[in-house]
Amino acid sequence: MTTVVRTRRPVASHRARPATGRSGRRRYSGLLMAAPALLLFGLFGLVPLVGVLVLSLSRWDGLGSIGWSGFANWTGVLTDGATWQALWLTVKVMVVSWLVQTPVALALGLFQAPRGRLRALFAVLWFLPLLLSAVAIGLTWQALLDPSFGIGAAPGLHWLAKPLLGSPSLALYTVIFVIAWQFVPFHALLYQAGVRQIPVSLYEAAAIDGAGPVTRLLRITLPQLKYTFVTSSTLMLVGSLTYFDLIYVLSGGTGGPGTATRVLPLAMYITGFQTHDMGRASALATILVVFGLALSLLTTRLSGFTRMDSQQEGM
Amino acid sequence: MAAVTATAAMSLLAACGTSGPAGSSGGSSSKGLTMWALNDQTILKDSVDAYNKDHPDAKITLRLFANDDYKQKLRVAFGANQAPDIFFSWGGGALDDYVKAGKVDTLTDGQVDLLRFTPSVLKSATFDGQVYGVPANGLAPVVLYYNKKVFKKAGIEAPTSYDDLLTDVKKLKGSGVTPISLAANSKWPTLMYMEYLLDREGGSDVFDQIASGNAAGWKDASVTAANTRLQELAKAGAFGDNASSVSYDQGASTALLYTGKAGMELMGTWEYANIVKAAPDFAKNDLGYVAFPSLAGGKGDAKDIVGNPSNFLSLNSKSKNKSAALTYFKNYVLNDSQIDAYLAAGSVPPVNKLDAKLAAVKSADDKKWLTFVYDLVQNSPNFQLSWDQALPSGQADPLLTNVDKSFLRQITPEQFGTDMSKAAQ
Repeated sequence: MTTVVRTRRPVASHRARPATGRSGRRRYSGLLMAAPALLLFGLFGLVPLVGVLVLSLSRWDGLGSIGWSGFANWTGVLTDGATWQALWLTVKVMVVSWLVQTPVALALGLFQAPRGRLRALFAVLWFLPLLLSAVAIGLTWQALLDPSFGIGAAPGLHWLAKPLLGSPSLALYTVIFVIAWQFVPFHALLYQAGVRQIPVSLYEAAAIDGAGPVTRLLRITLPQLKYTFVTSSTLMLVGSLTYFDLIYVLSGGTGGPGTATRVLPLAMYITGFQTHDMGRASALATILVVFGLALSLLTTRLSGFTRMDSQQEGM
Repeated sequence: MAAVTATAAMSLLAACGTSGPAGSSGGSSSKGLTMWALNDQTILKDSVDAYNKDHPDAKITLRLFANDDYKQKLRVAFGANQAPDIFFSWGGGALDDYVKAGKVDTLTDGQVDLLRFTPSVLKSATFDGQVYGVPANGLAPVVLYYNKKVFKKAGIEAPTSYDDLLTDVKKLKGSGVTPISLAANSKWPTLMYMEYLLDREGGSDVFDQIASGNAAGWKDASVTAANTRLQELAKAGAFGDNASSVSYDQGASTALLYTGKAGMELMGTWEYANIVKAAPDFAKNDLGYVAFPSLAGGKGDAKDIVGNPSNFLSLNSKSKNKSAALTYFKNYVLNDSQIDAYLAAGSVPPVNKLDAKLAAVKSADDKKWLTFVYDLVQNSPNFQLSWDQALPSGQADPLLTNVDKSFLRQITPEQFGTDMSKAAQ
């Protein structure tokens, strides 16, 4: 550890911007540096987005010619109860996933952080689901959860021989469980990295002051993980907004039973590529984009992530 | 399976000109042809190989796809003008979409020798009196398979009427097995019940009305009655407690039948080959099959069948080498050696004058099965194409979803007709 002592800088200086003083050359080079990213984002982010927006105002079955339809798709989508049900399911998946994944990922991250051979072994094992593709995971769990030939057939596990994916009231939670199984390792890794970068000096100082393990966890580790928490939560919330592949496979491509797992991305896919109503599907896609944008702006705003204050000022 | 994320799938829409199927699939070299089919069509593949052997200068490049994403892939490819010269379909409303968009060429008897095919089968690829596809594989009516050993234990016979079926269900349930194996997770197996029950209740006219575009046809009393029957079966425990978790693609519903955990299964004739492959001993000794039971008091003919008359091969109207494709259709699709290959695989091809060939089949089990299927089709006044294929493709999803909801008793029998007539408008 270093003994360099920096003085605490006024927070305001972070946000202060030079009013006019920037030279033209600097601005030019800045643009140049950003150009490749901007170009890629424009080409693969903005252009399709505008295309989807235009399509949401038109009628197209994917085969014939595209016709203008005004706001018919929008009134259709917004007055359809199925849209609101899909949106509600999406929010449910998002919130429950976050509630389930965060504590588990945090606990695993805390466990994995200290060095040690056994911990490293566990870390590797837990990491495995992240290496599998969502389709492989979906098919595997579909087979495992089969009530007749799955894990429910194993001795001692007969209580699992239930239509977990087939009951309209259980299916969504089963899907949320499998999603968690896939993504908890990633978030555990984030927390592990977050814990490891907390300076040892903090713990040493706390130990000198007589703080026990619980106090150190509550007063040092958790506060220091604030930004890891924000990053992980944003990824979870925005990520679960677009969960598609796993639910698609687990529900046999239908979002069933009934429409019990038909979240918004799946409703969009079915409308676009099975019902071939590209206009309505694009309207659904636009709702998804707006929702996602609002959500990520909100999480970063509320958490103060945008201000990027250092947590180690004064160290 | 679509491994693409949802947003990537949508951005395909706007950029399908550039990010459609790989270039190799579309416009091929000046004389070569491309053909798309499903990856379980191994016999069909042999016909392409035979053609390529004889025509090295204008070869067909065959690409095979999994069932689930094939339809979507084909649609996107046509939208992006990267479609294959020859494509595989189920006929019906989905093929009609392409016909209406001017993407498919008509086929005449002079070009491809249409008269050799069973007329009732060609109907599925005929629109406004014009034929748009040649049958390319076996007849696939839906029949009721049963496990003879399980039936014996429960002391019952194969059901010939709906009332028999209900009695059998109760006895099978009493003997501790799931009466009927149903892969309701996949939804389309449940639809088979609805198709048969409506036909038995109201006759084939009811669905003909619906298929012709009359949305009010869904409100017919026999549609409600068919839903009531389906719910009656479900309530009687015919499908056990777990049907909604069983997925057909995992092979679980088939396994339930041959492992003796279930007594019956309603499925297309392709299931015979699956059973023979998975459990040859069971197929030989304990597999029974009958037509769907009749219904006392119903208007429908008990000889009517539902299912997939056949799959079809159609010609892309933008193909650059149509004469080569027509040669392939005429001389290689369901030609003599193809017919033999299908019969050997337990599948009856939709061609006329098959009796001599059937009589020559060596395996007694296969002969019995093939004759059963052949007679079933020959004697049926009406062979209804699966509804999800027969209706315009926009109605397939609402149909399957509502059938599932009715099966789960989330909606009432009356609600089904109301929802469907709304979706059909």
